[in-house]
Amino acid sequence: MTTHGIPEIAAVACLFFIFLTPLAAAGLALINAGLGRSHSAAHIMMATLTALSVAGLVYFAFGFGWQGFIGGQAHTLTAAGKGWNWIAAEPFFFRKLALNGSPAFLAALLQIFCVGLAAIIPLGSGADRWRLRASCLSTAILAAWTYPLFAHWVWGGGWLAQLGVNYGLGNGFLDVGGASSIHVVGGLTALSVTWILGPRRGKYSSDGMAPAIPGHNALLIMFGCLLALVGWLGLNSAGAILFTGGEASGSGLIAMNTLLSAAAAALTAAFITNIRFGKPDASLTANGWVAGLVASSAVCAFVVPAEAVVIGSIAGGVVTFAIEWFELRLEVDDPGGAISVHAIGGLWGLLALGLFGHFHAPVLNIAGDSLPATASDSGQLLAQLIGIATLLGFVLPLTYGLNRLLNRLYPYRVSIEGERQGMDLHELGAGAYPEFITHTEDFIPR
Amino acid sequence: MRFVGFLLLVTGWFLVLASIVLLGSPASRGAFVFAGMAVETLGLVLVFRSHSIPREEKR
Repeated sequence: MTTHGIPEIAAVACLFFIFLTPLAAAGLALINAGLGRSHSAAHIMMATLTALSVAGLVYFAFGFGWQGFIGGQAHTLTAAGKGWNWIAAEPFFFRKLALNGSPAFLAALLQIFCVGLAAIIPLGSGADRWRLRASCLSTAILAAWTYPLFAHWVWGGGWLAQLGVNYGLGNGFLDVGGASSIHVVGGLTALSVTWILGPRRGKYSSDGMAPAIPGHNALLIMFGCLLALVGWLGLNSAGAILFTGGEASGSGLIAMNTLLSAAAAALTAAFITNIRFGKPDASLTANGWVAGLVASSAVCAFVVPAEAVVIGSIAGGVVTFAIEWFELRLEVDDPGGAISVHAIGGLWGLLALGLFGHFHAPVLNIAGDSLPATASDSGQLLAQLIGIATLLGFVLPLTYGLNRLLNRLYPYRVSIEGERQGMDLHELGAGAYPEFITHTEDFIPR
Repeated sequence: MRFVGFLLLVTGWFLVLASIVLLGSPASRGAFVFAGMAVETLGLVLVFRSHSIPREEKR
């Protein structure tokens, strides 16, 4: 029995998985809050709520019209006799979207959560200095344009997904659960925002030192990691069904690979920090856990569990060094580690799919006839590299340019006084922890 | 330096796109994709360097 193109059991399972995905956003929000300072904790949670709201509404109004779904209406360019599907042409405001449990409807529902997830990634990087209204405006740009455009290329049957049928490059660019469209796009936006905002006051001193500004609540960080796992199980499973034609029965393997990747990444990060610093570092271990989840998003449906462990281990190891590299060598002040975790972790996952991926059944990521499973392995690595090149060569300049333009019109950074006072008091008028004051100097008139 | 860096990022991406459209053999296509990514890497280096904080602005 099928409902509008996918088996009914898969549609029901997909709906259940989609209902889990908000937990990924909740987890990231807690991690971002915990890694920030106590005098900005309420602000970052407030910014998360507003970013989710703005992203959902803007995506509903415009985003889905440009992203569309596999087999939907789209604009196509022709180059050397091949059609390049570059943007969807669906009506805005979900008009003409059948609200009946069809794959297109399920995809739209999932995407509302996905775009929100992408939007809260930069909040961790801009913590302690990014004004609330500016973060809302930046989110609107992300949800209306940057995210839908790239997501169409990957998940809407766009030209990256077509690389297989058009040019014989494996199954075309593949991404099961959003390592590219959610995490790398969110991570590159975080990098752009961090560049535009500059570092927090006191982060880099003129004598060349970069003192650590530790997160204020390890409990929030760790609980966020556990919540994020549940969200990721839903995200990866729903993505596999909707964007690669996976069966509901494949969700077991996806869940196993997701958990194993995160576990291996966290343990690797703990092991490395234990060797380097004498004790395992809680925040870096948490970042390793999330990096493992991010890497699993790309590969979870196409690798065996042992490969998921290897991929997760590498993600966890790379992230511990990437965070230090960004902070100390590149002078990128990223309090939440979002750039390393989401951009670097996501890029590694995408590359790993090209290196480790196995395709035992046809991958349904485009409209029309899919490629036979036997003809899909060769060229997959090249397709993945082309996707990575597109993220770095197109998405990064685009998101940087748009955010820089927006910064000209509405400055992103809070005033010096606001930064000194803390974002909670300055922008919201109340702190997250009114009953115990941890930074007394914030409350003493100067 | 910042503008040149971003220009190199976009140029590298165009190299990659051109390789898909213009080249047929997997070897030459792969070589051009790697060349395009090398140009992008150079662009990234420039963009990162252009965003390093001047000593007098560190506080």
